[in-house]
Formats: sequence, structure tokens, C-alpha cells
Amino acid sequence: MQYSWDLLIYFKPSLTGEGYYWELILQGLGRTIVLSLLSWVLALGLGTALGIARTLPLPALSVPAAVFVHCFRNTPLLVQVFLWFYVVPELLPSEWGTAIKRMDPTSGQFLTVLVALTLYTAAKAAEVIRSGIQAVSRGQKQAASALGLTELHAYRHVILPQAFRIVMPPLTSDFLNVFKNSSVALTIGFMELTGQTRQIGDFSSQPFEAYIAATLIYTLITLSVIAFMRRIEKSTQVPGYWGV
Amino acid sequence: MKQRWILILAAATALAVAGPVPAQDRPTTFKKVEQTGTFVVGTRAASIPFNYLDDNNEQSGFAWEITQRVADKVKAAVKRDDIQVRPMEVTPQTRIPLVANQTVDLECSSTTHNRERENQVGFSTSFFVVGTRMLVPAGSPIKNWSDLAGKNVAVSAGTTGERLLRKLNDDQKLNVKVVLGKDIDNTFMTVDTGRADAAVMDDMVLYSLIARSPKPKKWNVVGDLLHQEAYACMLRKDDAEFKELVDGVITELMNSGEITALYDKYFTSPINVRGGFNINAPMSPAIKELFANPNDRVL
Repeated sequence: MQYSWDLLIYFKPSLTGEGYYWELILQGLGRTIVLSLLSWVLALGLGTALGIARTLPLPALSVPAAVFVHCFRNTPLLVQVFLWFYVVPELLPSEWGTAIKRMDPTSGQFLTVLVALTLYTAAKAAEVIRSGIQAVSRGQKQAASALGLTELHAYRHVILPQAFRIVMPPLTSDFLNVFKNSSVALTIGFMELTGQTRQIGDFSSQPFEAYIAATLIYTLITLSVIAFMRRIEKSTQVPGYWGV
Repeated sequence: MKQRWILILAAATALAVAGPVPAQDRPTTFKKVEQTGTFVVGTRAASIPFNYLDDNNEQSGFAWEITQRVADKVKAAVKRDDIQVRPMEVTPQTRIPLVANQTVDLECSSTTHNRERENQVGFSTSFFVVGTRMLVPAGSPIKNWSDLAGKNVAVSAGTTGERLLRKLNDDQKLNVKVVLGKDIDNTFMTVDTGRADAAVMDDMVLYSLIARSPKPKKWNVVGDLLHQEAYACMLRKDDAEFKELVDGVITELMNSGEITALYDKYFTSPINVRGGFNINAPMSPAIKELFANPNDRVL
């Protein structure tokens, strides 16, 4: 190995004149965090609605929800991002398509990835939540009906509070995956953390240092998410219900 | 729990510190080829017309022919009869680490020789000169760089084009909105679908993009040559013996005039890609100058 290391590369100014390399990393980190958190919040809301819809005895709701989940869960995220970015604007009426394409490039790329990442994550979250709902024993629902609760109230007060507690660990994984999946944004030119890392590697010819920084940052993000989710898991755990 | 974290941290630090290998144990290219019996050369999938796979799925290109000539010389120079020349495909992102970590012995394609890269790898005598220009749809009002003011402009991420565009934007306050593409084809698609008004790239790359596109007449290459760069073969750093051999091959091509024939073969006659197309780019003064006075300077 004949690699010349330069661990001070982060403190050197970028060749593009956009500031120091550490500033570019921070900028990328900021974009990754905003994109991921926003997608996750939206996906959790949409995923919960879809997950519930899939368990309802109403085909008018459960069938479309199932179709949505299968479409978005069974195709690669990268393909979805490309479809949203390159194909969808061509299918719209040409005025709309042009308006989308003439948007400020960075916001256009951000919104495209936000939509793609949200729908993809929502489809996965929906399945997790559906399995959580189905894991709550049937007796509970029957007992709720016997007490005179409507379907809506049974979900709100009996089933969902338990379902969410059950699916907390798999939801943690999905939450982690959002951060990692957000890196597909670089394929349409949105310079989030991985994109900036690649840029820095290309410009400085010190790719290893750049990727080491990115690896550490992603690890730090995921460890924080895990720590945060553990706290929620602990505080919401039903004593004696599972895993104690 | 705490102890485990300390252990993990310690292991990570050890890895980081152990990274740089002491300098004395760096085998030269010749020694490596002699020991392993293989000479590994970098190939590219679509660096047209420098190093690419043609319609018959065979590696060809202007720089690929230089690679082959070097390989022949290496076979003759090393005291072993069974030397294998092994092609290995590289991408713009992998080529520098692969040459630096000695997986690839020689990489000749559309690789610019610049100062930053000299930290990691060595460069031969240059074999080509390109300049940065713009691709615009025919009939576009953009004629030169100042016309870019307020426009969306596509550029491949991490290239000299991006660097120049950002600098130009800053110096002349053009308020250009930079649209980054992941690679050459991606950047072209950005202009083709109307997301950007122009694309900024090396002129040779633009000519080959146009020639490969479904409607070549739809495009124009415009603008003054913004910046010139030399393409050179990449080899490992501080390997004077091997560099001398590669330089010798390239200089000989230029001195004998053989390089002009090679130029005509790839730049002014049809090549076997997508049913055969002609890049049709006459030799620029800068290239003539290089061929007359071979050197390994950074431009």
C-alpha cells in the first residue's frame, strides 16, 4: 500500500472555493439529517395509516393499502428515485413538468428524494405496524367490543397502544435505515453526506480520509438513534408483557 | 458496558494508526510483475474514445493502445516468459485508490494529471490535452460563458468542470444554479430532459456524447476553451524505473509520428461504437504542441 495519509485534510480549503472541507462535511451532514428526519416523521404517519388500513375488514381501504405497500416495498429505492426524478415530470402535463424541472435545482432534488424516501419507508413501516396490530391477541379486540367500544375506540385505546410497544424494535431498524437510505440522493445530484464525501475524495485525492469521516459520522448517527429508541422502549414497556 | 466501548475505541484507533505502511517496503512495478507473473492494467467501460468496450465487446481506444504498447515493453523487460496482462475495470472513483494500493499497475484513460493526485500516484508523459467547454441545444441563446448568467447549468460532480464553473460563478457573479450529475451520462440526461440549459465538461467528452446521442444535430459545443488539462497514464508513485519505460513508449510514439495515425484512427474516422460514429474533432493547437514537445507537466 502506497497511500499518503493526510489526516489534516479536513482543515484545508476546498478546491471549489466553497469553504473548508470540514464545512462541506457539515453541510452534507445537515442535509442528511433534515432529509432523514423529515422522511421518517412523514413515513411514520403514512405508514401507520396504511398499516391500520391493511388490518381493517373494509376492502375499499385494505386493498389500495396492500397495493401501495407491494409497489413501494418490492422495487429498489434507487429505481424509485430515478422514476420520480426523470420519468414523472415527463408524464405530467408539459407545463407542470417544465415547472418542476425549472425549480431551484437543490430544492427540486431535495423534494424528489423526500417523496421517494417517504413512500418507500412508509411501505416498510406499514408492514411492521400491521404485524404489530395482528400480534395483539384477538381476545383483546373481542373484549373491547364486549365493553361497548366502537372499532375506532378499540384501535385508539386498546390495540394501537399495545401494537406500537410490540413493534418498537423493528421500527428502530427502519429508523436507522432511513439515514442510510438517504444516501441514494447523491445519484440525482443532491449532495448529502455520502455525496459530499465523494466530492471531497475526488477533489482532494484523499478518498480514504473522506470516507473514514463519513463512516464515523454515520456510526455516530445510528448509535444516537439506537440510544434514543432504547429510552423510548424502556419508558413505554408494559411490565411483564414481553422481553423482561 | 463501558469497558466494551473503550475496547472498540482502542481497536479503531489501532487500525487508524496502523494504516500508513512504512516506506522501505514498497516493491517497484517491475519487482511485482516478476514475482506475481501478472501485469494489471486499468480498463474503462465507456471512456470513449480513450478506453472503452466497442460493439464487439473488445477493449479499444486511444489510451488502450498505449497501454498495450507498454505491456509489450514490460513483457520484454521482465526476466520471465509467462507474464500475463490482466485487464481490470476501474471507475473515476476507484482508479486512484487502486493504483495507490498497487492493485492496478497502469491506468491510461481519460485521467487528468493534476497536483492533488500527485500525492497518491505518479503520472507518465502526457498523451492528450483537453479543454473545458459547454454543451447546449442547437438554437440556444448561450454562446459563451457570460451567457450562463442566471441559468441552470449541469456538471458532473467531482470533476474539473464543477470546480471551474463554481469559480467562474464566484468571480463573475453570474448567479448560475449548479445542477450536479452523478456521472457523464447522468449530466447529459439533465440537459436532455430540460432540467439544465447547458452542460460543462471536457471538449472531447462532449464530442463523444454528441456522437453517441440519438440526434447529434440537436447539440452544439460552444464557449471559449476555459481551461486546459493534460491526460496522462497513472502509475505508482516514485517508481522512476517504470515511469521511464512508460514515458519512453509515449515519447517514441510522438517522435516517430505514429501518434498522428493513432489520433486519426480515433478522432477523425468512424469507430466501432453504437454502429460506428465519427467524433470528427480535428487536432487542436495544444495537442499539436504536446506531440511536438512531449512532457509530463501539469497544465
